[in-house]
Amino acid sequence: MAIVRVERLSKSYLISEKQPGLAGSLKHLFARTNTSVRAVDNISFEIEAGEIVGFIGSNGAGKTTTLKMLCGLIHPTSGSISVSGYKPIHRKTAFLKNITLVMGQKQQLIWDLPALDSLHVNASVYGISDTDRDERIEELSAMLDLKDELNRPVRKLSLGERMKCELLASLIHRPSILFLDEPTLGLDINAQIRVREFLREYNKKYRSTVILTSHYMGDIKSLCKRIILINNGRIFYDGLLATLTKTYSSSSFISIELTKAVNPVLFKEFGEIIECDELLVRLLVPRSSLKETLFKLLNQMPIKDLEVNDPPTEQIIAKLLRSVSL
Amino acid sequence: MNLRFLSIIGVFWSKSILAEIEYRVNLIVEIFSVIGNLSGSILILSLFYSNGNNLGGWTWNASLTVLGVYTLLEGFTTCILQPNLSRIVSHIQQGTLDFILLKPFNSQLWVSFRIFSPWGLPSVVSGIILISIGIHSSNEVLSFNSFLICFLMLISSILILYSLWFVIASTSIWFVRVWNANEVLRSTLVAGRYPLSAYPDSLRRFFTFIIPIGFLTTVPAQAAMNSVSIGVILASCAFALLLLWISNRFWLFALRFYTSASS
Repeated sequence: MAIVRVERLSKSYLISEKQPGLAGSLKHLFARTNTSVRAVDNISFEIEAGEIVGFIGSNGAGKTTTLKMLCGLIHPTSGSISVSGYKPIHRKTAFLKNITLVMGQKQQLIWDLPALDSLHVNASVYGISDTDRDERIEELSAMLDLKDELNRPVRKLSLGERMKCELLASLIHRPSILFLDEPTLGLDINAQIRVREFLREYNKKYRSTVILTSHYMGDIKSLCKRIILINNGRIFYDGLLATLTKTYSSSSFISIELTKAVNPVLFKEFGEIIECDELLVRLLVPRSSLKETLFKLLNQMPIKDLEVNDPPTEQIIAKLLRSVSL
Repeated sequence: MNLRFLSIIGVFWSKSILAEIEYRVNLIVEIFSVIGNLSGSILILSLFYSNGNNLGGWTWNASLTVLGVYTLLEGFTTCILQPNLSRIVSHIQQGTLDFILLKPFNSQLWVSFRIFSPWGLPSVVSGIILISIGIHSSNEVLSFNSFLICFLMLISSILILYSLWFVIASTSIWFVRVWNANEVLRSTLVAGRYPLSAYPDSLRRFFTFIIPIGFLTTVPAQAAMNSVSIGVILASCAFALLLLWISNRFWLFALRFYTSASS
């Protein structure tokens, strides 16, 4: 049964336009010109309980606006949303106790105090008893690999440690629906992997529903089976990530290891050069001409090893986003 | 207001005091600032009375009581109103209001009472001392009833001040930066350190009907000096409750236009 149901959802903002310079500022002060921008445009989708869904799109595509309407922060211009049977914008207590929002670029922890103090504040707001609170902190900090960090002032923590504490603070009430807006933003690769592992484990353990936006394909590939691609406020793909690769990839990805260096220009006739680094070359070749290209490559180039794959998901999505933007 | 609310406020304030005492020098600065401000105000007041003048019929002791009420309110402002209400603007500007709105707790109470800054306590103590000196020296006996009325008038004045400030801070949902408006309000309140009758007619009307400073300091001081009418008591209470109700409706109305800072 769908836990999130969105029908014909739209959101428009009024943006005031301002010309640069003094004249522009004076004009803006006395006579503003407002333009209506449609951030989300008539989108519909459903999400089942326990699913992890990735929201993907360029900056300003409408991902965060959609997420904020789903958790009840902003009013939709039109359309309807139901999350766990609630209308989010009413922000009923039972609804709020069931959801959480994590934002990679904003923090709720008290800056001057150890993270543990912020956890105590959140626990009291959610009405969690001291025993339950301590039990949950112990469990979640073990899952997040947090130890002494909880006792250090937040301002002294690294970005990765802070994000882990933010996750702990956001999940102390054990919500069943998680809205994650770029949770790994700015984290180093190890911290990104740790956060992903944690989210996967949390989803498995509590059968939570996760709606995630991220610009890191690593997050999407390792967590989401299903993705929703959004551009200019409109959904143009909603389905399995694996299907996207099969459906939209009209090219194959060839990785070549050479026995000796070759002038990169010579590879242009075989396909699009993605990477060329002395003895390593990566090409994107149309599927229709794959056989002939392979034959030519093997005959004409000093090849030591060769591998054919589907192109990386990033490539497919970037290409798709470019094509729908045109 | 229930037990859960009080226990949450208890946790809020204990954590914010812990955060504030990270900056201990503030206490010394605040004590010096209170001593400086009070000495200045008492000196100016004594100049008014030096040639046998009185402020529109107010005795020296009664004026001292008004100054005490003002200092007490100033302390309360520093403890609660200033640290919380001035932060609403940055919550909106930085988008951290999102976290507050998604908590199962009244968002107006959260943004109004989340922080308790202990640095206003020297003013609160000084205010209480000044009020006591004013009442004691005027040989007024503060009966239990007068004490209750005085306390009620103080609560009313706090509610009036809070509601006005909160409404101005809430407008930052549309205008984002309203620090200047907050500062204008706070600076105007300085006028409340002297009895309302010390001002010319036009200003007196302004401080009664436009920015009701008269209700903030003069009325509670009159109550302490046993010279307030029942009509004024009722008007003050009704005005405070009306403003509080308006502040709540205004906040809920403003939130409909909240767009949250973009990521």
